[in-house]
Amino acid sequence: MTEFVEQREKGENELRLAESIASSKRPKPPSGISSTLTFATRALLRIKHVPEQMFDVTVFPVIFLLMFTYLFGGAIAGSTEEYLQFLLPGILVMTVSQITMYTGIDLNNDIRKGIFDRFRTLPIWLPSALVGSLLVDIVRYSMAAAIMISLGFALGFRPEGGWLGVLGAVALILVFAFSLSWIWTILGLIMRSEKSLMMVSFMVLFPLTFVSNVFVDPRTLPNWLQSFVEINPISILATAVRGAMHGTATVQQVMLVLVVSVVMTAIFAPITIYLYRNKK
Amino acid sequence: MKGASYQPKTDEWAIEATALVKVFGKHRAVDGVDLAVRKGTVYGFLGPNGAGKTTVIRVLATLLKPDGGSASIFGHDLGTEGDEIRSRISLTGQYASLDEDLTGMENLVMMAKLMGYRRSEAKVRAGELLHAFGLEEAAKRQVKNYSGGMRRRIDIAASLVVTPDLLFLDEPPAGLDPRSRNQVWDIIRALVSGGTTVMLTTQYLEEADQLADRIAVINKGKIIAEGTSSELKASVSTGTLNIQLADAADRPQAMRIMEDKLAVAVHSSSDAASLTAQINDSFRVADALAELARQKIAVSDFSFGRPSLDEVFLTLTGHAATEDEPQPEEGAS
Ligand SMILES: Nc1ncnc2c1ncn2[C@@H]1O[C@H](COP(=O)(O)OP(=O)(O)O)[C@@H](O)[C@H]1O
Ligand SMILES: [Mg+2]
Repeated sequence: MTEFVEQREKGENELRLAESIASSKRPKPPSGISSTLTFATRALLRIKHVPEQMFDVTVFPVIFLLMFTYLFGGAIAGSTEEYLQFLLPGILVMTVSQITMYTGIDLNNDIRKGIFDRFRTLPIWLPSALVGSLLVDIVRYSMAAAIMISLGFALGFRPEGGWLGVLGAVALILVFAFSLSWIWTILGLIMRSEKSLMMVSFMVLFPLTFVSNVFVDPRTLPNWLQSFVEINPISILATAVRGAMHGTATVQQVMLVLVVSVVMTAIFAPITIYLYRNKK
Repeated sequence: MKGASYQPKTDEWAIEATALVKVFGKHRAVDGVDLAVRKGTVYGFLGPNGAGKTTVIRVLATLLKPDGGSASIFGHDLGTEGDEIRSRISLTGQYASLDEDLTGMENLVMMAKLMGYRRSEAKVRAGELLHAFGLEEAAKRQVKNYSGGMRRRIDIAASLVVTPDLLFLDEPPAGLDPRSRNQVWDIIRALVSGGTTVMLTTQYLEEADQLADRIAVINKGKIIAEGTSSELKASVSTGTLNIQLADAADRPQAMRIMEDKLAVAVHSSSDAASLTAQINDSFRVADALAELARQKIAVSDFSFGRPSLDEVFLTLTGHAATEDEPQPEEGAS
């Protein structure tokens, strides 16, 4: 090697290269907070460069809300305006729960594109890569919520719990969305292709969101289905959110959502981190 | 500490690995690999597609847990001191591994911040690297719009935000045009002159020959030869003898003498006055030439070429190094 370097005329290019390579120092590894913020910045930059990815939190919610209000409003509740009071909180829960799925898809893409490996060879607190993008996702979900609630208002939604109730409801949704995201990160780490990931994600999502009390009152359902609907975390959330928006929520309903969220995070976040560290 | 004052010492190893094994399902992708890479050198890891090169590198870079064997990087144990190892190495994978939607500048700033630079310093460092790698004009373009050569360079630049003590380069010139390939080679040489140890995998013999101080040849998960390029060439004692006769009429007689003395098949080539033979015992060459002189057969020219690494590879594995096209990895889509 040395022989080779000597033989070679050291061109300007090589000197310039050698210089800039030598000029680097080795800073202390970043703190967990600092790397989390860096990953959050990355997610924001991605939104800037690929604004289409905001469709899921802007266009979808609008379509969902209009579709379900006018499709079911007349049929189920007799009047769209009346149904909207019942439907909007639920459809908000459903929409945000569904778009949490993209967290898994983004992670899966990172793995298949190799950038995940690069992050894993860095001396950083590894979960910050996930936490950073989850933070930005929370912003995205807030946007979806804001858009749906504004549109709902225009269509005649009148929350009896006032704006405080609405804000509390949105906060509950965000907490729950954060905890639900860990399921998608697990799937994103396990599934080999985006196609299979989408398929499995929908298989989890559809029963969870539709077999719930989002669209109908569970008392109209057969017994066996009723018991599933009652323990379904989406129903638990929808009940609390509906209650908060209309000023009828009980402490118990709210606590239940928080407990479910904490339990889900406590189970699924460590599994995610384990898989993340030991990914083959 | 490194570079200029480098003194070879037996304990100065960047990588030491013993009996590494990695199994995927039933397939032993890495099957008992021993490695010893001296600090400050370039180590070439040569083998055909699917030989297990990437897997070994991923194990050494702490991305995969080995199923058997042990390894240490700069004396740090792979199993227990991952953090120490990660703070001294860098990996440039086989496929570009940056955020394609971000610009070159944004990617490098992100990497610099993840290495611990403050935001303002990170920008300065990113600018330096873009300048050094000739990517200043592309700094504000998304990486997905880069050409193959530019991608490779930005990918390597991202690995050099902090100069690593050990750089793993998995197939550095994969899919590059000759000019970009030369640029990548320059980068590697510049790094080594700064004291970095480089381990590179390649399917190209030429590259291993030109860049690497030592080479390990891997096939089907096993190392089948190791040494300097000249040692490898010498270990396979075939060479090609070419003889040019002054008079084409002497050829039948010369052929008989040579077959007799060399004890191998001698071929007549299309040129009516020349003969060639594959030799596995170089002492017999002198014998054969002396006999030709005794028989008054004039030789106008002869050459005895040592084998190229290509020939070495062919002899060791029974097939050429780059005969098969890269296939998509199974499971990837
Ligand atoms: N994650 C994986 N799962 C299953 N098999 C794998 C995986 N990675 C690599 N392999 C297999 O291991 C063998 C070695 O692969 P690899 O190390 O990529 O070879 P190389 O880099 O020399 O081309 C190949 O047969 C490949 O199909
Ligand atoms: Mg490979």
